[in-house]
Amino acid sequence: MERAASMQVRPEETVAEFVGASKRYGEVLAADRIDLRIRRGEFLSFLGPSGCGKTTALRMLAGFESPTGGAVLIDGRDVGAIPAYRRPVNMVFQHYALFPHMTVAENVGYGLRQRRPRMARREIAEKVEKALATVRLDAFGPRRIWEMSGGQQQRVALARAIVNEPKILLLDEPMAALDAKLRGEMQRELLDLQRSLGITFVLVTHDQEEALAMSDRICIMGKGRIAQIGSPQELYDRPANRYVADFVGKANILSAQIASREGGLAQAVLGNGAAVTVADAPGAAATEAEIAVRPEALSLAAAGAPLPEGMTALPARVTHRTFLGDHTEYLLEAPRVGALQVNVPRQAERAAGGHGMGAEVHVLWPAGAGLVLAAG
Amino acid sequence: MAMTRSRARALLLTPAGLWYAAMLLMPLAVVLIFSFGERSQIGGYAPGFTLEQYANLPARFAAFRNTLTLAPLGTLASLLIAYPLAYYLAVKVSPKWKTMLLVLVIVPFWTSILIRSYAWIFLLGGKGIPALLAMAGLEDVRLLNTPFAVLVGIVYGYLPLMVFPIYVALEKLDKRLLEAAADLGTPPWRAFVQITLPLSMPGVLTGSMLVFILLMGEFLIPSILGGGKVFFVGNALVDLFLQSRNWPFGSAVAVGLVVVMLVVVGLYTRAAKRFGVGRDDAALM
Repeated sequence: MERAASMQVRPEETVAEFVGASKRYGEVLAADRIDLRIRRGEFLSFLGPSGCGKTTALRMLAGFESPTGGAVLIDGRDVGAIPAYRRPVNMVFQHYALFPHMTVAENVGYGLRQRRPRMARREIAEKVEKALATVRLDAFGPRRIWEMSGGQQQRVALARAIVNEPKILLLDEPMAALDAKLRGEMQRELLDLQRSLGITFVLVTHDQEEALAMSDRICIMGKGRIAQIGSPQELYDRPANRYVADFVGKANILSAQIASREGGLAQAVLGNGAAVTVADAPGAAATEAEIAVRPEALSLAAAGAPLPEGMTALPARVTHRTFLGDHTEYLLEAPRVGALQVNVPRQAERAAGGHGMGAEVHVLWPAGAGLVLAAG
Repeated sequence: MAMTRSRARALLLTPAGLWYAAMLLMPLAVVLIFSFGERSQIGGYAPGFTLEQYANLPARFAAFRNTLTLAPLGTLASLLIAYPLAYYLAVKVSPKWKTMLLVLVIVPFWTSILIRSYAWIFLLGGKGIPALLAMAGLEDVRLLNTPFAVLVGIVYGYLPLMVFPIYVALEKLDKRLLEAAADLGTPPWRAFVQITLPLSMPGVLTGSMLVFILLMGEFLIPSILGGGKVFFVGNALVDLFLQSRNWPFGSAVAVGLVVVMLVVVGLYTRAAKRFGVGRDDAALM
């Protein structure tokens, strides 16, 4: 089920906000005028390659970095002057940063023991027990940190953060150190946890699958700036620019001449003279443009086979064929268009037959598949 | 594969084993045997079996008392001065200056401790610090040949030995732990007490042990800065072996020192363990 994920977050549903927030380290602008509202209770991801500013954004929220320009607000209040230890947020660190000289239970109860006025011992013990149960580590309280596996340590780090009932839970690449199988399991658990606790989760990751799988909204970052914010579906179906199209999923990106535009659609003429109908970019006017189309939106037909209605056929030659189980990945060379990737579902390939290396085929481009990318 | 793993290990440990046997166990045995003997007419050792030397130990009570007060005190003073310095070097100083400052810490080792201790005679003597104090109105302050002078010499001489283990412990401390502590609501000074201090305890214990054990056998600093008034067991030993040539009594005093040291170090280790130092630190003990 898709959860509502409109772009606009109203002030009253905002738990935290970046207002033109920048962070400069000497010559390097790590975060460049970030504007973003985080909705209370949502699962938001910062996604991008290393050095894109996603971690800086998270650390500004946590209070480990203070913005050199603009402001960061939590619950409507500028937290610029509030140190990390007085912010109502908690973080799950990339390498967990568990205290090695404390037991699991002591780690989990650490935040509660810092409360002033002091919290009653009994109450701390109860909350710790509950938090450990939440992450399914019931009997592990007396254990030492080094006795725990990587996955268990990650749960301890999670329990140590959620036991404080933060307004926002920050997750800094929490799955990076886990193996693939454990990662999938942990992703589902995190989602369940977020739904049952109702806490706002802000995740930083470079793993697009992780972001797509877990987020209500994804904020794609590049060079310190926000490249696009939207639901996973929006980002995948309507990437705003080449950077996003390239980063989220795979995309064929081609240069084209825009011949005409009407009703949100554009007629794009490719290098070989063939015209395809694609979704137009809002407000685009240039005649030279880049268009993007997902590999699974295209299909293949043997050269000479009858063309179905509403399709544009591009002659091409198969250069690579990779069988991947549920689908087959074809790399093709279309003269005067360029390299293309087409993913053919196993079902379709079984029905229509595959194409060998070097085979001359037609790449079929349905009307309305693909879109014009905004410049930049 | 002619050599098995255990044979290789035995071979590699042989030099150290021989060294310890020749340089530690044999002299220890000799000292033990001597301590039950008698002083010969011309000095040195004459065979015998008597507990007379041990019965005579209280004659050197002052030396033991001085050693057992000034060694722990010197260790403590070194620790209190070394910790902030090590902390500064490991945590605060920029990498640009770090190496240079670390070198500065060991620069004193380039000169003999003998010469450096002599320098303190002038600093603490009548024309040194007391003269400055006199100018400030504090007349007749005597520093040289006091326990204070010995303490100053000790801290001065042993500080680097304390700084380095603590520096290493602080250097490898994961700074993210402090971020985690802050994230969980701990102000910086409390994070120091709860995180930095306990995790640097291995360095503190190693440094203290190193300084303390060496101090127990110290004789140079008290003999130069204590002027024969503040003397350690080490001075008594030098005196007994080289001056009065009473080897059996000297051996008894030496055995007494070893026993005292074992007892103190044993108590210290137990206390350190009870202090709740974790697994990593047990390896150092």
